[in-house]
Amino acid sequence: MKKEHVPQDLSALGKLTKEVCYATDENGRYVTELSSGWHVKASALDATWDDIKERVAVARQQVLDGKASPVLFFMEHRLMNLKLVADYTGFWQWQIKRHLKPDVFNQLSETKLQKYADAFNTTIADLKTLTVHEN
Amino acid sequence: MKIDLEHRQSAHCESGVTSNLLWKASGGKITEPLAFGIGAGLFYAHLPILKFNGGPAIAFRTMPGWIFKRTCRSLGIPVIRKKFSSREKAKEFLDEQLASGQPVGCQVGVYYLSYFPKEYRFHFNGHNLIVYGKDGDNYLISDPIMETSTMLTSYELERVRFAKGPLAPNGQIYYTQFSGEISDDRIRESIKSGIKHNVFNMLNIPGPFAGVSAIAFSGKRIKKWLSKLGIDKAKLYLAQLVRMQEEIGTGGGGFRYIYAAFLQEAYAYLPQPELLEISKMFTRSGDLWREAAIQASAIYKGRLGSQADFDKMGDYLFEIAELEKEAFLALKNIKWKA
Repeated sequence: MKKEHVPQDLSALGKLTKEVCYATDENGRYVTELSSGWHVKASALDATWDDIKERVAVARQQVLDGKASPVLFFMEHRLMNLKLVADYTGFWQWQIKRHLKPDVFNQLSETKLQKYADAFNTTIADLKTLTVHEN
Repeated sequence: MKIDLEHRQSAHCESGVTSNLLWKASGGKITEPLAFGIGAGLFYAHLPILKFNGGPAIAFRTMPGWIFKRTCRSLGIPVIRKKFSSREKAKEFLDEQLASGQPVGCQVGVYYLSYFPKEYRFHFNGHNLIVYGKDGDNYLISDPIMETSTMLTSYELERVRFAKGPLAPNGQIYYTQFSGEISDDRIRESIKSGIKHNVFNMLNIPGPFAGVSAIAFSGKRIKKWLSKLGIDKAKLYLAQLVRMQEEIGTGGGGFRYIYAAFLQEAYAYLPQPELLEISKMFTRSGDLWREAAIQASAIYKGRLGSQADFDKMGDYLFEIAELEKEAFLALKNIKWKA
């Protein structure tokens, strides 16, 4: 890639930093050049997030309909899978699968709820009410 | 306290950390491309049985941690590396090192990395940064992908050092106390062995899942994505491929440009004209990867989406596989004069 072709498309990357790209100058020598983003990869990121948002919305609806517990919602919201939730909480995956059922979830002890709250970086109150924060 | 360490931005986190940690000891000789090349950083792997964030598990570089390890070993620099099961001990150890004036590299997860915007925060644990001081409860951080140095509270740093999931860092910390000189001869030898290692990784690992054969393997797979996965999932898979290839930390073109830059720098140490020619082949390969990414983006943006479009995408990868095979064979066949 030639230096003057290093893309400068504004995107979410701009909130973070400009990134270093390696590109060739007029003599064909490699130099570094800062890029503020590239629409091709910005849209790859968008496509990924659209999918995540949809999954989170579906999960929320399932919880509201009483078909799943808040654990499902927060698992999607935090981009986790069963394995990762298991790693963060210390529960077995089969336990978490049970806790995905609203009836089982509603009877969980405070200690267990706190483990979920910690894993999802939230509080027990917010866990139960599906309240999300930026962090 | 603050340790004297100049923050230098780089394309890729690990080769950047390596270069920055060795900057003083090497008198600035070990640049990012040299660290990447000596560490045999270029790679391609596609593991069909694994899924990563629900998409294909594709990598354009070697395992996190290996670049630093190989570069230091090859240059004869002793490395100290520690993992922890206890968070308290991890913090204690870090504080001791900082107090003794030692900057350290840390492996972290990016999901809770507070200075990253939300869009970039996935459960990816192979990120690297340097901690070079402490101010009250704040740690001074030199993250090589950032333009400037930054800070994390002790709580934030602990959380990212003990992120869970694949490649969990377990508080991993690494540094070198080396203060000798790195001779040009040593660098020459290291360049040669780095190239040799990379040639092996790309040409000689058995099976279709690693090296240039894996690029062709992905090409074949991609042609089947539309019929096997349906258009929605196929789009996500392509988006994931492009993210692995181009997202922050690759220097563009799935690390191929950094490698081309490495070969040019290698030429300064080992003036073999082949190196410059092969460097151009990697530039061409990086360009092709980016053309392929444009084709992929037309699909996930919904402008294209027929089987013929997926076939074209797959064909790009076949072409790249051929080109990189040729390039690595040429590297393999160099008769070193020095």
